[in-house]
Amino acid sequence: MKRHALASAVVFLLLGAAAYGALFVAPTEKTMGTIQRIFYLHVSSAWTGLTAFFICFLANLTYVWRHEPRWDWLAVSTAEVGLVFTTVVLVTGPIWAHPVWGIWWTWDARLTSTFVLWLLYTSYLLLRTLIEEPDRRALFSALFGIFAFIDVPLVFGSIRWWRTQHPQPVVMGGSGSGLEPTMWYVLLFSWGAMLSLMALLVRARFEFEAVRGETDLVRREAEGA
Amino acid sequence: MFSNTAVLLGKELRTEFRSRELLTTTVVFILVVVVLFSFTFDASSAESRRFAASLLWLAFLFAASLMLQPCFLREQSNDTLSALRLSVRDPFAIFAAKLSANTLFLLLTELLMLPVFSILFNVPVFPVFGQLVLVLFLGSLGVSIAGTALSAISAQARMRELLLPLLLLPLLTPVLVASTRVTLALLDTEPYMEWKGIGFLVVFDVVFLTALWLFGEYLLEE
Repeated sequence: MKRHALASAVVFLLLGAAAYGALFVAPTEKTMGTIQRIFYLHVSSAWTGLTAFFICFLANLTYVWRHEPRWDWLAVSTAEVGLVFTTVVLVTGPIWAHPVWGIWWTWDARLTSTFVLWLLYTSYLLLRTLIEEPDRRALFSALFGIFAFIDVPLVFGSIRWWRTQHPQPVVMGGSGSGLEPTMWYVLLFSWGAMLSLMALLVRARFEFEAVRGETDLVRREAEGA
Repeated sequence: MFSNTAVLLGKELRTEFRSRELLTTTVVFILVVVVLFSFTFDASSAESRRFAASLLWLAFLFAASLMLQPCFLREQSNDTLSALRLSVRDPFAIFAAKLSANTLFLLLTELLMLPVFSILFNVPVFPVFGQLVLVLFLGSLGVSIAGTALSAISAQARMRELLLPLLLLPLLTPVLVASTRVTLALLDTEPYMEWKGIGFLVVFDVVFLTALWLFGEYLLEE
């Protein structure tokens, strides 16, 4: 309990520092102005969401290989947390886009692939609710998770090639794009803060799932006996 | 493995052609969807060209998500899956047979619908027929690979009829985008072949076939 409280306090401090950095330390962007500061929340959430889904994919693979329940618990925890971060991305995106592009939404590569990603992991969680038996649920949702994750680059590629009216990527784009160094530091710091938040949430969710898995097992045994 | 696959493919085809239930239902379903689509916009000739490709592929995709439903469900309700599993050395043969059968069924319905579609929406398909068949084949193959895998998953769950389209359709976004783009180029007033799209479909098919080959045996666990 004490450790939990301490970890939460550290995460909150980090998030506070990241917010301070985004609002006061980072320079104001030339054309977009203050609204561009949402960038630090938006991009760091996106990267954190992707990190969570990547861990989920690894957990899915390990479950299929080892058939140990804890990998399933890790997978469901990271999928849920990743979905939360992706939701933040989908909400902050339009808030940023409207004043800057004049529209809330455009069917551009990254927006659309993020949306498809969100849909895929929503279906993943939905699938889990529809299979009763724990081992079967773990195995089949893990397999779907694997298929969903390898689909993501294909979704991104297809949309990027054929459906894009894209503003050049700023981070890791071609020459001429790029961030001012302070902006980079603030962004990386925000990402770090978000990752710590992710770790905290995943850990709590994992412990909850472990308890649930064990009570479920006990209940099943009692019912079977 | 190939002889196993051939025998199983024969079984799939015999089951279907005995009743032809799946094929007739799917053809009628596509017809209904195409007619309903035509009510939602006024199809002038120029607009038809612009929307025809997307319409065609959406109709095929929806139809496929229903058509792939019985693929594993039938085995499950007849309790034949474990027998099937025991009858082959490599479980991938089961998938290979099922996905070939599904590709064949899909391609057949698509080829049946193509002339009807061409007449209803006034888009000439015969000058580019060969190229269209290539896209239809690669697209249907992708749909069948992913669909066969996911129908094995959805057969395990409750509400499976609703679940399969839900799992499958977002996963097929790349196929939809690429095949629509290639078809669009072929139905243009000056048709051309979008080879990038064909290449992309091949990549999709290979990636998912490899995944199915790697993880197929787990999909058959009971």
